[in-house]
Amino acid sequence: MTAGVLLLRRAEPALIPLINLTAALILSALVVLATGADPIEAMIVLARGAAGDGASLGYTLYYTTNFILAGLAVALPFHAGIFNIGGEGQAYMGGLLASLVCLFAGPALGWAAIPLAVLAAAAGGALWALAPAWLFVTRGSHVVITTIMFNFIASAVMTFLLINVLIAPGQNSPESAAFPAATWMPSLGSLLGPSPLNLSFPLALLLALAAWVFLRWSRRGFELRAAGANPEAARAAGISVGFATVLALVLGGALAGLVAVNELMGAQHRLLLDFPAGYGFMGIAVALMGRNHPLGICLAALFFGALYQGGTELSFDMPQVTRDIVVVIEGLAVLFCGALENLFRSRIARWLGRQVPA
Amino acid sequence: MSDTGAELLSILAATLRLAAPLVLAALGGLFCERSGIIDIGLEGKMLGAAFAAAAAAAATGSAWAGLGAGVGVAVMLALIHAFAAVTQRGDQVVTGMALNILVAGLAPVLATSWFHLDGTTPALAPTARFASLALPGASALASVPLFGPLYGRVVSGHNGILYVAALAVPAIALVLRRTRFGLRLRAVGENPDAVETAGVSVAWLRYRALMLTGVLCGLAGAYLSIAAGAGFSRNMTAGRGYLALAALIFGRWRPLPVALACLLFAFADAAQTRLQGVALPLLGVVPVELVSAIPYALTVLLLAGFVGAARAPRALGIPYRSRG
Repeated sequence: MTAGVLLLRRAEPALIPLINLTAALILSALVVLATGADPIEAMIVLARGAAGDGASLGYTLYYTTNFILAGLAVALPFHAGIFNIGGEGQAYMGGLLASLVCLFAGPALGWAAIPLAVLAAAAGGALWALAPAWLFVTRGSHVVITTIMFNFIASAVMTFLLINVLIAPGQNSPESAAFPAATWMPSLGSLLGPSPLNLSFPLALLLALAAWVFLRWSRRGFELRAAGANPEAARAAGISVGFATVLALVLGGALAGLVAVNELMGAQHRLLLDFPAGYGFMGIAVALMGRNHPLGICLAALFFGALYQGGTELSFDMPQVTRDIVVVIEGLAVLFCGALENLFRSRIARWLGRQVPA
Repeated sequence: MSDTGAELLSILAATLRLAAPLVLAALGGLFCERSGIIDIGLEGKMLGAAFAAAAAAAATGSAWAGLGAGVGVAVMLALIHAFAAVTQRGDQVVTGMALNILVAGLAPVLATSWFHLDGTTPALAPTARFASLALPGASALASVPLFGPLYGRVVSGHNGILYVAALAVPAIALVLRRTRFGLRLRAVGENPDAVETAGVSVAWLRYRALMLTGVLCGLAGAYLSIAAGAGFSRNMTAGRGYLALAALIFGRWRPLPVALACLLFAFADAAQTRLQGVALPLLGVVPVELVSAIPYALTVLLLAGFVGAARAPRALGIPYRSRG
């Protein structure tokens, strides 16, 4: 066996997502072609829009922050064998609690309200994940369905609160009053160029590192993975599978809740309707592409963040291609990296002289 | 007729209108899930059909061409779902989500490129839509007390797809209960090994079930864009696919209870716009926004077993590897 093949074998975990992603990008290029635009030119506009200057890069990293958090929110429960589709509602509830802290404790506490609001955001998301987790462990309720239902319930509750309770006086659109400036997440916009990039970005990176340490090195993290890999064996080994499952989903919820810190405390500085804007769902794509590994998730989040920011530029420069093309790329990425992940796997494994995994 | 009576009739008629797409999508999901494949992608199939139907109707001026295109696209999406979930044995939830995301992006991209409108299709002329049908005798019977207004104002006066949805409920119940295909479909969702041992292809059965899902989702999508509505708009399904899935679980994967669950959800929806500011006995003024959460809360309660346990088809969600 040659050294090259050996090297490729080592690279296989990264190779397959890359091949799947390439397939998704080729199909996306065909869609762009179908709209009558030049896919190569679109790609160049996209890349320039994502990283052409400091401000663009700032925006890219700002979106990346949301994707890292949303991706981790899916990945952690996934390691315990749980599929968390509730990121949307968890982010919403995190936003609610964080906003309450900023609005009501902010004037008295000043900047000291920031750490409190960050904790509140995590607690809101965690609480919204706790109910489905609890129902799953005690009553066997299907998490996929309950978390989706909780998204809808969160949305209904927030619509009610924003229209009737939290709406700023004299305001027509359903948004809260602006947070006191002291409670804004410190901006990092001056580092790269004017952008909503804020302290949430390093915080998200830190949390990704923490998630890796937790999963790889801690006892609870090991229990969580064991519960996901083989619940029977884990139970036989004396691990409380129920606890591990609840912990995984609650931690995931807390991470999703932190999306609100970046969005609301970092950028919008008020609570508004539908601010999670699909990040909870996109977290699934990020986690799948990042193979549920924190480092992979950071890379996938960067990719999607660049796609988001570049997509905005794209719709300015090439009006025949709308921003929605970004959603198409995301959909295809989920399809190829998640649902069709075995499409090329056995072929590649055979080519590398491996036994085809059963 | 009193005002309250007229109000009630209009709520009931609105309930039927809102229930039709839910019933079609939920029955579509029923075929899929009874065969053992989770279908979280009802939303995407419906949205794809709504777009294709509106686009084809706008281009040709024919509602029937629209319907054909809608059903065709939904079946195509269902075949992608089948390829990923059955042939490739991919994760079924992920596949469904992928389809939902893909269609949510693709429809406005194509709409913008074809019609140069921002993510929508042009408003359809009345001839390119399915018009409301007055059922025979609706005006003749109008003077009969109770039955007359009920028939004339609630049952009559909807478009053809709604009546198809109504007929589909008993028809599908019969297919499941009485036909060979129905029996095999139920069996493959419970015990695919037994079906394969009997010499029937599990994969081919599931492909057929998913194609039927596509047909029904196609009807549901076409209903939204070329029958009830007059064109496609961004995210026009607005969560109906997920609601249909909830109704499917709520109705315990059986046609009649599923249809009743859809009617219940639709009633909550129809009532909420009319409940605005109305004080109810015991409850006082109920916030409208919270009424819309009722179907979802009910589903959670049901899943938690507080309303009675819902047992899913046993093989649901498990990819099948043929032993042959």
